[in-house]
Amino acid sequence: MSMEFLRPATWAEALAMKAERPDARPIAGGTDVMVELNFDRTRPPALLDLTAIPELATWNTDIVPGWIRIGAGMTYTRIIEELGGMFPGLAIAARTVGSPQIRNRGTIGGNLGSASPAGDLLPVLLANRGAEVWVESVRKKAGPYPVYDFFTGPKRNLLAPDELIREVRMRVTHGPEQFAKIGTRNAMVIAVCSFALTLDPGEREVGTGIGSAGPTPLLAFDAGEYLAGELDWEGAGPLDDRVARRFGELVAAAANPIDDVRGTAEYRRHALSVMARRTLGWAWADYRKGAAECA
Amino acid sequence: MRVTFTVNGEERVVDDVWEGESLLYVLRERCGLPGSKNACEQGECGSCTVYLDGTPVCACLVAAGQAEGGTVRTVEGLAEGHRLDPLQEAFVECGAVQCGFCTPGLIVAAHDLLARTDGVPADTEIREALAGNLCRCTGYEQIIEAVRLAAGRGAGPS
Ligand SMILES: Cc1cc2nc3c(=O)[nH]c(=O)nc-3n(C[C@H](O)[C@H](O)[C@H](O)COP(=O)(O)OP(=O)(O)OC[C@H]3O[C@@H](n4cnc5c(N)ncnc54)[C@H](O)[C@@H]3O)c2cc1C
Ligand code: FES
Ligand code: FES
Repeated sequence: MSMEFLRPATWAEALAMKAERPDARPIAGGTDVMVELNFDRTRPPALLDLTAIPELATWNTDIVPGWIRIGAGMTYTRIIEELGGMFPGLAIAARTVGSPQIRNRGTIGGNLGSASPAGDLLPVLLANRGAEVWVESVRKKAGPYPVYDFFTGPKRNLLAPDELIREVRMRVTHGPEQFAKIGTRNAMVIAVCSFALTLDPGEREVGTGIGSAGPTPLLAFDAGEYLAGELDWEGAGPLDDRVARRFGELVAAAANPIDDVRGTAEYRRHALSVMARRTLGWAWADYRKGAAECA
Repeated sequence: MRVTFTVNGEERVVDDVWEGESLLYVLRERCGLPGSKNACEQGECGSCTVYLDGTPVCACLVAAGQAEGGTVRTVEGLAEGHRLDPLQEAFVECGAVQCGFCTPGLIVAAHDLLARTDGVPADTEIREALAGNLCRCTGYEQIIEAVRLAAGRGAGPS
């Protein structure tokens, strides 16, 4: 079957092409799209290659104070290398993705585009309370969707056919961040379930994100509220084990898992409560260390 | 469509490429470079690993048109004439090659690791760098030994 290959060199050109050909399938790192093509699972009438647009693969912190803009074309490898200091949780999650070859190619925009409940960056974006997905089309000027609104179902998101994902914006909190993922081995593994945690010492707030335990990545809102109220932000004392356990229970309760080949719903709930407790232990240890250094 | 790119230092103009075709297919079937292997076509095995603009990638997951104007280096581009790259020699010496199907991808991935590392990388670093390459024959120990041997002999950037 004939297919067109569109290769815009600028963002404006990409938007114009997408407006003219809403049925063109964007391709960035290709780590999801090429698998579909190779196995004949998709035959789009056109591919819209986004890798020749330089500004998509950049990031900067000078648009809004306290925020970062991460271009949709930033690869996992570059996120680890360039943003790991600012966003340790994002980097931990990125390091668990596929293999070096996959991380060299796969992008944050592709993770959002695929909208898999198992997308490893997605819980981290949820845990960064207020993170936004910026989309744009010729019809509508660039605008944000809150990440927690962006996913509408398994592998579905809010993107309209003429829209493209331009960037992600995250709050720079300088707080401890953690991510944990359950899989059958260390490399090349789709999450059985995953959990992301962000402590925001400035606002004394807690961010959470659950992966692979529901039709979309999920917030554990009540768990975060509970924890924010219980943590000893002021004194930075040791973590109360009962609080950690309760937090784990609330995270497990927020999940909406199913039984599938990778694991049962019951196992996922149990694993989430354990990961929630563990990531909290690590993050709180970081917080106390930071507090001790400041004192 | 036509794709023009540089492969192992040589400019190639390839015609009649199907728009949904992978870089791996172009290299193997249209450029006469069968070194890079096709085993899974889904990024799982790493046997198709090549450098694209200096970065190791799975050629099966790159659309041919995405390589337009780019620079590709395959396993065929590592040896100089009949002189093997030190890493290739180490693979032979250590028995890191059995059926050999995984070898080209492993060589490119390991070549990149050595180019990025001063001295001999730790075993954990080697394992991490090669985590995207599957081998069904050797059990990996000989491969890791070969990487260590080549690194010890000063096989660095080339
Ligand atoms: C072997 C292997 C292992 C993997 N392991 C993991 C893993 O551990 N964790 C994980 O989360 N994922 C994993 N993946 C899936 C994949 O690598 C990620 O989802 C990756 O982020 C996809 O990014 P990409 O740039 O390659 O996307 P592409 O394949 O290019 O695109 C993915 C989707 O997003 C759309 N898209 C891309 N960019 C845009 C844009 N700017 N605007 C609008 N739509 C866009 C595309 O049309 C497509 O629908 C793995 C894949 C493979 C092949
Ligand atoms: S053939 Fe490309 S990774 Fe297996
Ligand atoms: S030598 Fe046979 S697969 Fe590695």
